[in-house]
Amino acid sequence: MFITTLFIIWEAISKSGLFPQFLWPPLFWSSHGEATVFGTLVGGLISGQILEAALLTLSRLAVGFLIAIVLGLALGYLIARYRLFDDTLGFVVTALQSVPSIVWFPLAIVWFGLGETAILFIVTIGATWTMTVTSSTGFKNVPTLYLRVARTMGSKGFHLLRTVILPASVPHLISGMRVAWAFAWRALMAGELLGGSGGLGHLLEMGRALQSMDLVLSVMVIIGLVGTVMDAQVFLRVERSVMRRWGMTVRT
Amino acid sequence: MQVVLDGVHKQFRKEDGQVLQVLKGINLTVRAGEFLSLIGPSGCGKSTILNIIAGLEQPSEGSVRVNGKPINGPGIDRIVVFQEAGLFPWLSVLDNVTYGLLLKNMPRKKAEAKAMDVLRMVHLGRFANAYPHELSGGMKQRVAIARALVMDPDILLMDEPFAALDEQTRIVLHQELQEIWQQTKKTVIFITHNIREAVMLSERIILMGTRPGMVKQEFVVEAARPRDPSDSVLVHLEKRIMAGLEQEMEKVLKEEMGDDYRLQKGVVYHDPLYHLGSDI
Ligand SMILES: Nc1ncnc2c1ncn2[C@@H]1O[C@H](COP(=O)(O)OP(=O)(O)O)[C@@H](O)[C@H]1O
Ligand SMILES: [Mg+2]
Repeated sequence: MFITTLFIIWEAISKSGLFPQFLWPPLFWSSHGEATVFGTLVGGLISGQILEAALLTLSRLAVGFLIAIVLGLALGYLIARYRLFDDTLGFVVTALQSVPSIVWFPLAIVWFGLGETAILFIVTIGATWTMTVTSSTGFKNVPTLYLRVARTMGSKGFHLLRTVILPASVPHLISGMRVAWAFAWRALMAGELLGGSGGLGHLLEMGRALQSMDLVLSVMVIIGLVGTVMDAQVFLRVERSVMRRWGMTVRT
Repeated sequence: MQVVLDGVHKQFRKEDGQVLQVLKGINLTVRAGEFLSLIGPSGCGKSTILNIIAGLEQPSEGSVRVNGKPINGPGIDRIVVFQEAGLFPWLSVLDNVTYGLLLKNMPRKKAEAKAMDVLRMVHLGRFANAYPHELSGGMKQRVAIARALVMDPDILLMDEPFAALDEQTRIVLHQELQEIWQQTKKTVIFITHNIREAVMLSERIILMGTRPGMVKQEFVVEAARPRDPSDSVLVHLEKRIMAGLEQEMEKVLKEEMGDDYRLQKGVVYHDPLYHLGSDI
């Protein structure tokens, strides 16, 4: 209902001639044969232009996010396990966490050149610190009782990590991943806008250069959709079911 | 002599740097197959003793030997049942019980069959595929006991395992535990602050003194099994243990209340101890 109202207002402004049509394109109904957002969106999906860009973006995201998770878990474990790392690395990571990841971009360009690696770098770095902080918190908060039970049964070392410490931290890890994903997603968009090597962000930049706001808006719709679906459908659901299983109360 | 504690001291360093003397000069010998209870006011170091025997804590001084060998960390000859069940919420009941068996490299089929036997023994066969969050407190504790028993340890260490349970469940589990002990003749070291529970189950009861924790008195329970709570031997013994415990409780109260403390027999004698002794 709210969405419908928004659509109507949008269309009204577009038709009113307050702005030139190319700056404020209609969503659905084209009156003078100009491009509509919806039309461009569907066309872009069919021709593969938007689809291709979206796939490229998602694959970058997947790779960067995976690297960040692995790095974050490893660093988080070191920090939780060894006092030395907590005192040194722990402090640095907390500081780095507050640096927006796009800030790394100039450095990344100098190191890796403008392109794929630089983009991947800032995606990874955007998610790694958050993942490190949450996983170290998760590992530190594994109930002593679980550790004692496992140790009396003969578990230690990597087995203890795999069968108790990791699963017991899952609630923390999931929340961490959700935040890390949000950081990675934002970093990726910024990187693609500036990076000039394909993807949804690049398509946005192209739309700007071509003065084609219908393309820009179509891409924005896709970006918004991906973000919402991941957050609400994937992370929130997993988080809920984990909380229930792990015996924590779930707010509904 | 299966478990021998020789001059065990334990200190904890508190966060403010102060040293807390928890155990002082504990000498204790437990025979193979004995059912021994440790009883004492809370905070007197009962759990600490158990954790030291389990190998989860190191004594600050003194030695602990099991079958003549000094212990060096946890071992599957000594399994602990804690006051809280501590089941892994991400595993089903069956997987919780097979956890230790699979660690011993037992084939999964065999481990599951064994786990099912023990689960039936504690009347939870039907709940093998349930998850811990679906069980009541008593059921969780039964799973914890099954998880310990399935390991077939020589020594079963139990830290107030029934303290959080309701009366009915506790009585049933007392019976089950007695039967299990009589069948398997495991050495059981059982911690409780419930005098009735101690007399009903044990062969020998160690009363601990507090601040610092030490062995204060020892009682041998000479009553036939199955035990009857109205047995005059048990009733008499309960009174003697209660008298010993009262002294320790008074000591604690005196320390906590300082000058405000006046020996009001009515309060001290009836309130906490009545509960301690006769709540079954
Ligand atoms: N890890 C620890 N660090 C500091 N103090 C501890 C630690 N564990 C136990 N204590 C203290 O030691 C005392 C005895 O504890 P505990 O053995 O748990 O007593 P009980 O089981 O008899 O109630 C308590 O005062 C407790 O606060
Ligand atoms: Mg205790």
